[in-house]
Amino acid sequence: MKQISVFIENEKGELAAVTKLLADNCVNLKALCIADSVDYGILRIATDEVDVAVNALVSGGYLVKVTDVLVVKTEDKAGSLAKIMAALGSEIDVEYAYAFTSSEPNVSLMVFRVGDNDKALAALRAAGINATL
Amino acid sequence: MNNYYQKEIETASPEEIRAIQNAKIVHQVAHVYANVKYYRDLMDAKGVKPEDIKSVDDICKLPFLSKADLREAYPYGLLGMPLSECVRIHSTSGTTGKRVVAFYTQHDIDLWDDCVARAIVAAGGTKEDVCQIAYGFGLFTGGAGLNGGSHKVGCLTLPMSSGNTERQIAFMRDLGATILCCTPSYAAYIGETLKEMGLTPDDIQLKAGIFGAEPWTEEMRRDIEKSLGIKAYDIYGLTETSGPGVAFECSEQTGMHINEDHFYAEIIDPNTLEPLPYGSKGELVFTSLDKEAFPLLRYRTRDICILNRCKCGCGRTFVKMCKPMGRSDDMLIIRGVNVFPSQIETVLLEQGYTPNYRIELDRVNNTDTFDIYVEMSPEQFGDTIKEVATKEKELASAMKTMLGINPKMHLVAPKTIERSEGKAVRVIDKRKLHD
Repeated sequence: MKQISVFIENEKGELAAVTKLLADNCVNLKALCIADSVDYGILRIATDEVDVAVNALVSGGYLVKVTDVLVVKTEDKAGSLAKIMAALGSEIDVEYAYAFTSSEPNVSLMVFRVGDNDKALAALRAAGINATL
Repeated sequence: MNNYYQKEIETASPEEIRAIQNAKIVHQVAHVYANVKYYRDLMDAKGVKPEDIKSVDDICKLPFLSKADLREAYPYGLLGMPLSECVRIHSTSGTTGKRVVAFYTQHDIDLWDDCVARAIVAAGGTKEDVCQIAYGFGLFTGGAGLNGGSHKVGCLTLPMSSGNTERQIAFMRDLGATILCCTPSYAAYIGETLKEMGLTPDDIQLKAGIFGAEPWTEEMRRDIEKSLGIKAYDIYGLTETSGPGVAFECSEQTGMHINEDHFYAEIIDPNTLEPLPYGSKGELVFTSLDKEAFPLLRYRTRDICILNRCKCGCGRTFVKMCKPMGRSDDMLIIRGVNVFPSQIETVLLEQGYTPNYRIELDRVNNTDTFDIYVEMSPEQFGDTIKEVATKEKELASAMKTMLGINPKMHLVAPKTIERSEGKAVRVIDKRKLHD
């Protein structure tokens, strides 16, 4: 999946401004996560309207980066994440991860940003886990 | 406390000092004209001949020298003696392409040491004292300058250099140091450390401190005096003229006496370059009257100050300069190190950043904080905190190499650094450096 990362200053109203810009461009957010530091935050979003969203953000003067991330489909029950992590093992470097729910019943979706997508994909598939790029 | 190192000259009448200066300047201009091609060319371009300079009143006919000249002439262009006669080199804290090197003959070292010795004696120093030097030793003039002066006075000298504060305090206590020489911010830090160690001024034997190389206020003086139980004296100088000791404070603590038998001081309007009468605020200009190896004439210090010829309670007759009140250029003094915004710009361009940046300076617990905000380009933006932090670290390290001190770097989004009239506002200095 193509994920969009947006650099935002750690100031009041910044997130409101970004989300308003996306709303004005009819971008529907499927998932979202914010990493924060002292001075700034990185907003990461998943959407079907990637090109529209990137164009709107760049025109709005934002720093934007599109990254390929892994999406893992798993059962919505205890132990699912542990199973994924076990499959990734200690070889694969996970930069960050976040979860969102699916419209399908009993299905949970996880986003992973890893050091090596192909290696991670192979490892997950070998363990019988439904993962896509 | 009216102690003098060289009483005769330090208390000479203004007429006597004038006569000495007049004799020296004639000789010095002849020396420079004969041996320093760079300055001879400047004089020729201005149509001034050595015989036009008959007294210090004629100094205003001479061309100025600035830091730009010193860089252009790097390294030997302003050398006045054969290298075989030179015994030492010092350098400013500047860096690549911006470095200024100064040369000294043994005669130059001797007169510099005399100047510093006058400062130490004015602060109450005698051969009975133990003088702890916590200025940096090396190319920086602070350590070597105070060391030489302390030897001349006959103090038992502790050449500690800066850093390792607990060891400084241990030596101070064990060996009974009575005089401390360092930057005012380091003196303040030693005072704080003393307190943190559970000690009071009664646990040390310090009586005086000689502090310089960076701006400090009267408030900071009082804090240091209280925390260390001493009387704190200011000292002024710059590598271009020799080092610390060009001017020094006496027990009156109302300005620094300029060693006028070695350095002729002028105040000029930094815009028109016209000399201003004593008592006017303007840029300080020094002419070295008897240095051999690096004999700068009319060197523009860029320090803004006032000269005062009032009779001083200490008995010295040398003209007094106030603490520098600011700069006529954009040089910043951060933790005692000279920093030009252009150096920061150079690093940013070298590292592939745009020159849109903001410097923020503050003074927290008497120590300078130094933050630089830089705009990132879309190519430089990674999508993890780690990548941004790594870039900030790399940039800080490149800055440290160029400037000699470590800033805290902050990468920010494009167009977030405010511009005034299309130009970025570069420096926000929240430090209270001047009274």
